[in-house]
Amino acid sequence: MVTKLPKVDIVTTGMGWTGGIVAAELTKAGYHVVGLERGVERSIEDYLHGHDELKYNIHKELMQKLTKDTITFRNTLNDAAKPVRDEGAFVVGTGTGGGGAHWGGQTYRYFPYDFQIRSKTIEKYGESKIPAGVTIQDWGISYDEIEPYYAKFEQMAGISGEPDPLAGHRSIDYPTPPLKKLPQMKMFHEAAEKLGYHPFVVPTANVSESYTNPDGETLNACQYCAFCGNYGCEYGAKADPIVTVIPTAKKTGNFELRTNSIVTRVLYDGTKATGVLYKDTRTGEEFEQPADLVVLTSYIFNNVRLLLLSGIGKPYNPKTGEGIIGKNYTDHHTITGAIGYFEEKKFNSYIGTGSLGSAFNDFNADNFDHANLDFIHGGQIEMHLMGNEPIANNPAPFGTPTWGKEFKKNSLHYFYRNVTVVSQRAILPHKDHYLDLDPTYTDDYGDPLIRVTFDYTEMDHKRNEFLVEKCNEVVKEMGADIIDTIPMAEHFGGRFTFQHDGGGVIMGDSPDNSAVNNYMQMWDVDNLFVCGASAFPHFGPTNPTPTVGALAYRAAEGMIEYLKNGGGPLVSKK
Amino acid sequence: MSKQEKNNPILDNRSSRRTFIKNSGLTVGGLVLGGALGTLVGGKTETTSHTKTSGATHTAIDYSDTRQFFVRQKDFDALSTAAELIYPEDEHGPGAITLGAPYFIDKQLASPWGISTDDYRKGPFQPGEVPLDKAEIMLQGVRKLNEVSEKEHEGTVFKDLTEEQQIAILTSFQAGEVEMDLVNSAAFFALLRTLTLQGCFSDPLYGGNKNMAGWKMKEFPGAQMSYTSYLEEEEFVLIEPISLGGHKHS
Repeated sequence: MVTKLPKVDIVTTGMGWTGGIVAAELTKAGYHVVGLERGVERSIEDYLHGHDELKYNIHKELMQKLTKDTITFRNTLNDAAKPVRDEGAFVVGTGTGGGGAHWGGQTYRYFPYDFQIRSKTIEKYGESKIPAGVTIQDWGISYDEIEPYYAKFEQMAGISGEPDPLAGHRSIDYPTPPLKKLPQMKMFHEAAEKLGYHPFVVPTANVSESYTNPDGETLNACQYCAFCGNYGCEYGAKADPIVTVIPTAKKTGNFELRTNSIVTRVLYDGTKATGVLYKDTRTGEEFEQPADLVVLTSYIFNNVRLLLLSGIGKPYNPKTGEGIIGKNYTDHHTITGAIGYFEEKKFNSYIGTGSLGSAFNDFNADNFDHANLDFIHGGQIEMHLMGNEPIANNPAPFGTPTWGKEFKKNSLHYFYRNVTVVSQRAILPHKDHYLDLDPTYTDDYGDPLIRVTFDYTEMDHKRNEFLVEKCNEVVKEMGADIIDTIPMAEHFGGRFTFQHDGGGVIMGDSPDNSAVNNYMQMWDVDNLFVCGASAFPHFGPTNPTPTVGALAYRAAEGMIEYLKNGGGPLVSKK
Repeated sequence: MSKQEKNNPILDNRSSRRTFIKNSGLTVGGLVLGGALGTLVGGKTETTSHTKTSGATHTAIDYSDTRQFFVRQKDFDALSTAAELIYPEDEHGPGAITLGAPYFIDKQLASPWGISTDDYRKGPFQPGEVPLDKAEIMLQGVRKLNEVSEKEHEGTVFKDLTEEQQIAILTSFQAGEVEMDLVNSAAFFALLRTLTLQGCFSDPLYGGNKNMAGWKMKEFPGAQMSYTSYLEEEEFVLIEPISLGGHKHS
């Protein structure tokens, strides 16, 4: 028995950053939005007892539990996928705030190069520079076109930062000054400058001073308490949808939040999305929510899964290269770089925030010449001070046993005597890497799970080798006594621990190469918008949220346009 | 204290419990049977303290060294011995046992986490996948420690071996060389190591890191609310730790 509810203007499927941004913008414009969220409603009062490493960092209190569903994973088309079973191996936010509750708050923009990666590569190095099977494409939007939306996201979230001298142009400064430079950061800056690079303090949603955003929401000053990434902020000092866009939507009176509501299908009549089907996760009761606009705002895996389960769009087939839904899945997990150990220095590295640190981009994007290199794109070299938590951090130089007397001695000695310089690098899409429905494993309702097929390509390894060497160089210049290089695993091991995945409902300038246009509007179903990193044709080197947020602001603008003009495609097909 | 305990003077303190055990006929050949009662022969004394509230005297018993999960003393002994090998007491400070890690592990395994309630548990389980929950892995593992020990050392249980012998056995588990049922011994070892470190360094509210001694040893300040005063300090600043218990509001 399905209860059919009265029609609304807009229904969203998840209340993290994208659902929150869409809800705020559309309700401010006078439209009625229903936000469906499978998890619970959270407020910062939930975080008052939150300085608990075991509960939040290890047992992932804020994340979706894998009890009802998970994803499955395999490296190649020939493997049988296995479910990701361990709660710690698949990190996806749930509840209001979603990933925006537990994120660390690093807020870099992607480079102009990223949005036109294919044409810029061909222009400079020729088409032969792109290895066979690597399916990079232009995003159907230029940096100049997305820039105002980046600015809008940064102004909403109160981002603290200083300009990266090598990044794309900025129309407006960061709304708040960068976080303080700790001694380790000063060492990083000195070392990087000595080497001729261009360091900057990492831009962050851990706000450096009290700030009221254009919607009238106030963020408080960060206390550097270090219970940040994987935690919610009890000070309201980390931009989170529950202290920004969700209250903005609520105060319009046009927003209705329904928690414990898991969307199972997008209803589709062959031309339009007519609404969604969802279940109350507690009772199993089923509802139909009709809407003029359906906006998918869950994490990429669920966005893709909902389309596949609902029979919308043509599923990607890696054997023929046909179809689009599920194509270009990318993931830039596995942090690699170098750890430096110091005998004479002892840092106060209990201090931190989810994104306190410094970085440089001299080896990112096409900021350096690739003519004699056998890879394209690059990565950011960076150092973070997130606070060394005592369970997760037992640093000891390689060669130290992992337990026993020697382990104890070294891990105590070096606990405050180390820095880690890492590289977040681009991982480019490949024709064999994609998402589809698993043939074996299901969720509690009997629906197939999403299946991830992914591994690193040869070029990903070469890019990594190059970047790790740069990390080593910086750590050496910082004066470390012992340097250990963190190797990259030969194959992706199936731990999805950063909530940094992209692709599956990719954007582009034509329905031939993409599922959505640059307003996140489905080419084939003009009242269905799919927001999130699912739209990324490749994963840029750094954290995805600002780009996700910018694209959501653009999508919201498109939705308002669509509703005002009585429908139709927002971008004409090429 | 529960109503039942208040009404049952036999459970009030250790000596009267001993009387209870003696009189109840539950001992067989010097071994005490039964779960909670087993802890009484473990050599640990439960600390008691008396508090006076509004004229009435209450006896508050500290149950932190009482087991919820491990029933057999022999299993718990093997666990404690192995945890101490992983994080031994030495000149740098307390080890796993002093920090309460074995009791922390016991509580974790008795919790929903122990039965892997937040994990995906649907079949089919493919080769290499572990169909057991964490409690099953740990129980089988500690029993296997004793089994291997008794087999290789003429009936001597794991805790009574020399340290060298103990390390050799634990190393063979770590290397995945010990045959176990539905799980690789390396996976058991990894879980044991993880739990031991959690027991040494998690907030004391979970029963390990007793008196924040793990944090003190590591010079970790615990659940502080702000570090804004120390941001630009060049020298190391030692801060007395506080636990979440220290956050209590009235």
